[in-house]
Amino acid sequence: MDRPPKQLHLAAHFPGVNNTTVWSDPRAGSHIEFSSFAHFARTAERARFDFLFLAEGLRLREQNGLIYDLDVVGRPDTFTVLASLAAVTEHLGLAGTINSTFNEPYEVARQFATLDHLSGGRAAWNVVTSWDAFTGENFRRGGFLPQEQRYERARSFLHTAWELFDSWRGDEIVADRRSGVFLGDARAGTFAHRDAHFDIAGRFSVPRGPQGRPVIFQAGDSDAGREFAASSADAIFSQHGTLDAGRAFYADVKGRLARYGRTPEELLVLPAATFALGDTDEEARELAHEIRLRQVSGQTAIRFLEQLWNRDLSGYDPDGPLPEIDPEPGENQVARGRASVRMYRDPLATAKQWRERAAAKNLSIRELIIEVTGRQTFIGSPATVARTMDEFVQADASDGFILVPHLTPGGLDEFADTVVPLLQERGVFRTEYTGPTLRDHLGLAVPRPGGTALRIAS
Amino acid sequence: MPDTSPSMHLAVALDAAGWHPAAWREPTARPAELFTAGYWADLVAEAERGRLDLVTIEDSLGLQSTHPTQPPDTRTDQVRGRLDAVLIAARVAPLTSHIGLVPSVVVTHTEPFHIAKAIATLDYVSGGRAGVQVRVSARPDEAAHFGRRESPDLRNAAAVGELFDEAADYVEVVRRLWDSWEDDAEIRDVATGRFVDRDRVHHIDFTGRWFSVKGPSITPRPPQGQPLVAALAHSGPPHRLIGRSADLGFVTPADPARARAVVAEIRAEQAAAGRAGQSVHILADLVVFLDATGARARARQARLDELAGGPWTSDAAVFAGTPTELADLLQEWQEAGLSGFRLRPATLPYDLEQVTRSLVPELSRRGAFRREYAAGTLRGLLGLPRPANRYATA
Repeated sequence: MDRPPKQLHLAAHFPGVNNTTVWSDPRAGSHIEFSSFAHFARTAERARFDFLFLAEGLRLREQNGLIYDLDVVGRPDTFTVLASLAAVTEHLGLAGTINSTFNEPYEVARQFATLDHLSGGRAAWNVVTSWDAFTGENFRRGGFLPQEQRYERARSFLHTAWELFDSWRGDEIVADRRSGVFLGDARAGTFAHRDAHFDIAGRFSVPRGPQGRPVIFQAGDSDAGREFAASSADAIFSQHGTLDAGRAFYADVKGRLARYGRTPEELLVLPAATFALGDTDEEARELAHEIRLRQVSGQTAIRFLEQLWNRDLSGYDPDGPLPEIDPEPGENQVARGRASVRMYRDPLATAKQWRERAAAKNLSIRELIIEVTGRQTFIGSPATVARTMDEFVQADASDGFILVPHLTPGGLDEFADTVVPLLQERGVFRTEYTGPTLRDHLGLAVPRPGGTALRIAS
Repeated sequence: MPDTSPSMHLAVALDAAGWHPAAWREPTARPAELFTAGYWADLVAEAERGRLDLVTIEDSLGLQSTHPTQPPDTRTDQVRGRLDAVLIAARVAPLTSHIGLVPSVVVTHTEPFHIAKAIATLDYVSGGRAGVQVRVSARPDEAAHFGRRESPDLRNAAAVGELFDEAADYVEVVRRLWDSWEDDAEIRDVATGRFVDRDRVHHIDFTGRWFSVKGPSITPRPPQGQPLVAALAHSGPPHRLIGRSADLGFVTPADPARARAVVAEIRAEQAAAGRAGQSVHILADLVVFLDATGARARARQARLDELAGGPWTSDAAVFAGTPTELADLLQEWQEAGLSGFRLRPATLPYDLEQVTRSLVPELSRRGAFRREYAAGTLRGLLGLPRPANRYATA
């Protein structure tokens, strides 16, 4: 007998500070006013999405020593926006990116535990690491971590936060007026943690939230990142756009779970994906091309190239060929605070690849950048997109998608109105929420305090 | 133009089931709901029905204790556990439309960069109603939760002074970050392809003894420009912090004479800091038990004291009586130079409802308090201008 079709998980990423957002579109609204977040969240909830996702950056990006000014700049505080969104939604999961380098576990744990209480069990934490001194200049702890220590600190940070979440079992608040017992356990919240990164002890002040612990997301793609996800995360945000790359990644990370005593269902693979919809596939292709041209202007293409080349290329024509000169080796001095810069571990090799690609297809700088910066993209009529997404998931290239619309805040509306009903017709996406918490949406069990061993790789 | 501003500003301080340690045992208390959004939403909605200027929400980075400055005890007959105050304020912001929201934050163990963007964002989600009450922490248990520093010895006056000096630097960093974007920095200039005018976004380059923060903020300048900064003070060093750094001071005089002295002390600190020309509101804190008769209010206080195991006193003066008597007292005290009062309901929601449903109508009848909200922002309610941006050159 065939297995029943896998159910898709769908989430929405509020477009942040990168060139996915087409801010020049007349329909583009504020990226900072609460009404934009509320609109976006309500659409995601109307479409029965699993969660809304916010990225974070702790310093404005700079290029050539100047604040980057071509894309959306500025964003709100993650916890504050998510807590406010809890007031205007009922079911939608609320996922925030919080850095484990420039925060302290006690504070972050009480913020996530609070968010879980105030949202009725809908909090999720995308644990990210950072090691650059550039970002550190905004913090009193200052400094930064050697790159090889970042996952070690992240693991220690998460481990410590779990101990704090687990320091309350969840049944301590008795609040019995007659007997005068408020707290059923005089030592509730007691914890002590000592390792190379944290030496802290005391009483955690937030009782256990509805989900026990927030859902944990992880986004790194390195071997250490995959291992961290396999040991500790509930979902991994992947970057693998094609079916084959997606399947390989999926098999790899799911294959790592057994060594931590976990089953494949305990870690969801969710790539980020953009989309362009039209009445016909042809119309959608035209729209997609138009969107890419607006996302990557000539100036944006040159700035993007500078990030890899690590030198000023402002004299080059974006509609001309790639520079003859090679990238400047060493630490990137041109672009700072930009995650994509870190992707180029070997700039010379990447530049060589790009040259070959441009030569083979006769691409200008701008055309090349449009190609190399594209993400997993679903383009077509709603029927085509629904079918393609479903095929991708049924082929075990992912468990669903985190959609990144190109418009704020209305970019999800059309998808919700046209594609979601088709996925529901196919029987691969929920028509109603089946439970109140994000763990319910994702099919994840509530962890028992102290009942599950922490699966931290050493 | 007629002066529509009220002559008295009124705030309420929200904490758990109320300020009396046995408050949670009152028949009208909702102790099992202290960790739910609905509880806080109802309290703030009630305060807004009373047209109050603002609510504050207490917080700390450790578990409550019988004595607020001491590490947690092992008592089980009082409320223990609390939610993050900034998130509570954010959670209720979309459900209210006029009242100011002023959560507490501990500045001793947190990052000014994080708090600056959190309060700026609270200002966005509330449409210009955000403030923050800054607190220092000298509790050794709270220091141990962070493991980064020793807590100061409170018997050492210099160490206490330093704690407040650090708080003043913290506020300075936060204020600079709020100004680090000029109001019109976002230009969305399609012709040149620029989203932001980088000349109107500024590094703050703060370097001091405790912080060096580069900036700019990741969050654009909030609707009020500068959300309100408040602090509670009982003595010299925090009075100085209010004079140097705050828009709003909560003070705890025992009587009008002492109130007059405290106001004078803060005004002197304000002048010494070169802020004599700025409006700094001073509100006196009072714990209140309110009932239809004074005898009932005092009987309730006695009953709660008995449940708590003895007479309870507070850092602020405690009032037990009728709303009319309280209105008399507030008007008398205000002549000491106070802008108004922050009432700490001894029990929630009961004493809050006495404030909003009896005290406020009485004060309004006397022309001493607003009948309608007449401003959209917290600064507006307090009659404070929207400040110019220190980095704007035009």
